[in-house]
Amino acid sequence: MYDEIIIAGFGGQGVLLAGTLIAQAAIEQGLHTTWFPSYGAEMRGGTANSTVIVSDDEIGSPIAFNPNALIALNEPSLNKFMPRMTESSVIIANSSIIPQNKEYRIKLYFVPVTDIADKEIKNVKTANLVAVGALIKALEINCANPRRRSAGKEGDICELEDAKVLTLQSALSACEKAFSSKPEFVEINKKAIQAGYNFVK
Amino acid sequence: MKKLIKGNIALCEGAIAAGLHAYFGYPITPQNEIPAYMSKKMVELKRVFVQAESEIAAANMVLGAAVTGKRAMTSSSSPGISLKQEAISYMAGLQLPSLIVNVQRGGPGLGNISGSQSDYFQAVKGGGHGDYRLIVLSPNSAQEMYEFAYDSFDLAEKYRSPVMILTDGIIGQMMEPVEFNKSEKKDFNDKNWVLTGCKGRQPRSVQSLLMKDGVLEKHNINLQEKYKIIAKNEVKYETFMTDDAEIIITAYGISSRIAKSAIKLARKEGIKAGLLRPKTLWPFPSQIIDSLAKKGTKFLSVELSHGQMIEDVKLAVNGKAPVEFLGKAGGGIVTEQEILVKIKEMAK
Amino acid sequence: MEKILSKPESLKDSVLSYCPGCGHGIIHRLVAECVDELNLREKTIAVAPVGCAVFAYDYFNFDTTEAPHGRPPAVATGIKRTNPDKFVFTYQGDGDIAAIGMAETIHAANRGENITIIFVNNANYGMTGGQMAPTTLIGQVTETTPFGRDPKREGYPIHLCELLATLEGTTYLERVSIYNPQNIIKAKKAIKKAFQCQLDGKGFSLVEVISNCPVDWGMTPLDSIKWTEETFIKTFPLGVIKDKTNV
Repeated sequence: MYDEIIIAGFGGQGVLLAGTLIAQAAIEQGLHTTWFPSYGAEMRGGTANSTVIVSDDEIGSPIAFNPNALIALNEPSLNKFMPRMTESSVIIANSSIIPQNKEYRIKLYFVPVTDIADKEIKNVKTANLVAVGALIKALEINCANPRRRSAGKEGDICELEDAKVLTLQSALSACEKAFSSKPEFVEINKKAIQAGYNFVK
Repeated sequence: MKKLIKGNIALCEGAIAAGLHAYFGYPITPQNEIPAYMSKKMVELKRVFVQAESEIAAANMVLGAAVTGKRAMTSSSSPGISLKQEAISYMAGLQLPSLIVNVQRGGPGLGNISGSQSDYFQAVKGGGHGDYRLIVLSPNSAQEMYEFAYDSFDLAEKYRSPVMILTDGIIGQMMEPVEFNKSEKKDFNDKNWVLTGCKGRQPRSVQSLLMKDGVLEKHNINLQEKYKIIAKNEVKYETFMTDDAEIIITAYGISSRIAKSAIKLARKEGIKAGLLRPKTLWPFPSQIIDSLAKKGTKFLSVELSHGQMIEDVKLAVNGKAPVEFLGKAGGGIVTEQEILVKIKEMAK
Repeated sequence: MEKILSKPESLKDSVLSYCPGCGHGIIHRLVAECVDELNLREKTIAVAPVGCAVFAYDYFNFDTTEAPHGRPPAVATGIKRTNPDKFVFTYQGDGDIAAIGMAETIHAANRGENITIIFVNNANYGMTGGQMAPTTLIGQVTETTPFGRDPKREGYPIHLCELLATLEGTTYLERVSIYNPQNIIKAKKAIKKAFQCQLDGKGFSLVEVISNCPVDWGMTPLDSIKWTEETFIKTFPLGVIKDKTNV
């Protein structure tokens, strides 16, 4: 497996944390991973992003050359990274603030992560992890990576047992690691991941 | 279990585990995690942290701590490293062990904050004035940031020489799983040159100004003798699939990782490619490169610069094989596909 | 016969390389006497500058290090922060401390580093042959002000003590001179007080010593002393500039 995942949004939407959580999930599964942020002046005012690469082999560049997954927490992020996505890419778009009535050349997963976080989890700050849960499910059902695809047939459902995708379980245990210094946040964030996971069908 | 951590922070942990006594720094992107982390950690450990008024002052504070035998370091990024060259030359002349970290960014001038490898010449060919060398280490992962920082002080003290870790914004900024597998160092060897106050002994002076006839000449000869010993003993490198390789990529730091990915792709297409990655940029692994330069072999130096390390590769190859170049500087990163295309072109 | 005066233990037996009539010799001796009298020799780490006093380590009989031009306050910071139990002082000239090293000086002072600076002001760059220093007087002829220092071209003499006095981090600042025995005694008292300030952990102390440079001034030693008294200290009035040692 080789997933290049970009998480992007406004500063403050938790794109860096969402990225580290995915990377931590990869560690839980014994996979190789790198996390790379946008940094410095790039972060001021505009969109922030982080790139996570998850692989069962050593990773070369931590910068995505061919991203195959995107979490766009706002519309500018979607517009920025859309041109780099291919038809087989998995894209989670935050439909709480991204309009669904536009034409997109790739099928998106519209997930109202802000609304789910606000109404269902009762904490709007967990929207980033709702999106992570949604992405994990979407990757599970898509086998989006072109390299992985080339091995199997178009549209194959990935086998979960062979640990070739990130699992919900490893994301949940990553939550315990990521919030170990703030245990009161562990459960609520787990709930957020679960809610995102459940939303995607 | 391994801990997910930024390269810059891993480097701090390595230095602290090695018994770092004092950190002196100045803000500059993309190394800001280092002073920020040290400002908390060093104070908690009751060690020394000073945010200096300038890069120049920070490097000279390191000089002051080093003169008393304390393990001290500073870190910066390219433009800041230019400012530190004064103290680095002095420390080389005074033979003071210390660690200087360059998390390279794009240049020349103020450049930009993206990762780059354009300070190779500055690091390995001198940088400051005078005939001196630094031991230059080049990590290519967060794990190596930790390990190389840890090892750097032993090296520095063994040879009474400043050590530079030459890394870049990408290695510094990225997070990777790191295993903290080094023990905290506490016992250090006594040094017979440090300034501690002259109680019970003759006063010592540490100086690089040597005006008397022939003294500086002798000092320079001694330095060169020392550099010869370092060059003999401390070369470190990694080889990957070089045994049967017909195309050997030379690359260090971030470039070496991308090169390795490209080599795997090339091998899938039946091209015999391999990687020689210097872990020490000085001393440079010339001997192994020389031995790999067999008939029919071709070399390719991949760098985030417009061709710096390639000069040392060419010197090592010494005309026995062609040496080609692929690189870019100022923000771009060489992709594995670009490297693959170049490999294919060379394989024709 | 009883020996009542001898060379301080903190001075080596070496012959000073300073020019005939230069004030450095006297100031070296005062520093050495104070180090001896406070019993500091074995815990002293001194920082020599670039300038005439660059050879200080050949004359002082305690541990000394070299520092790049203007950087002694930064080097001393590195030494003192990692060795708070040692006695650390720098010995610097006007070009070193107030031109190329002004940033290091101001910031070490502003941090209230618990170090002492002996600042020898002789109104020119002595080592390099008498060029204009930041403390060169208005109208003073030097190698690089052949028509005399013109404020329109070269600005004004810097009063370092007064400048540093504005910083909250400084504790003790005094300007003294050595042009006659009475002032030499005052100078020694000031140096000793500055050293004591550090020993008491009270923070940054600096003594500016107005000194003479007969060779580069183009004067006989006697004339240089006369010029110091009649002209030099009119621009740089002597006295305590700041004293918070009792606060």
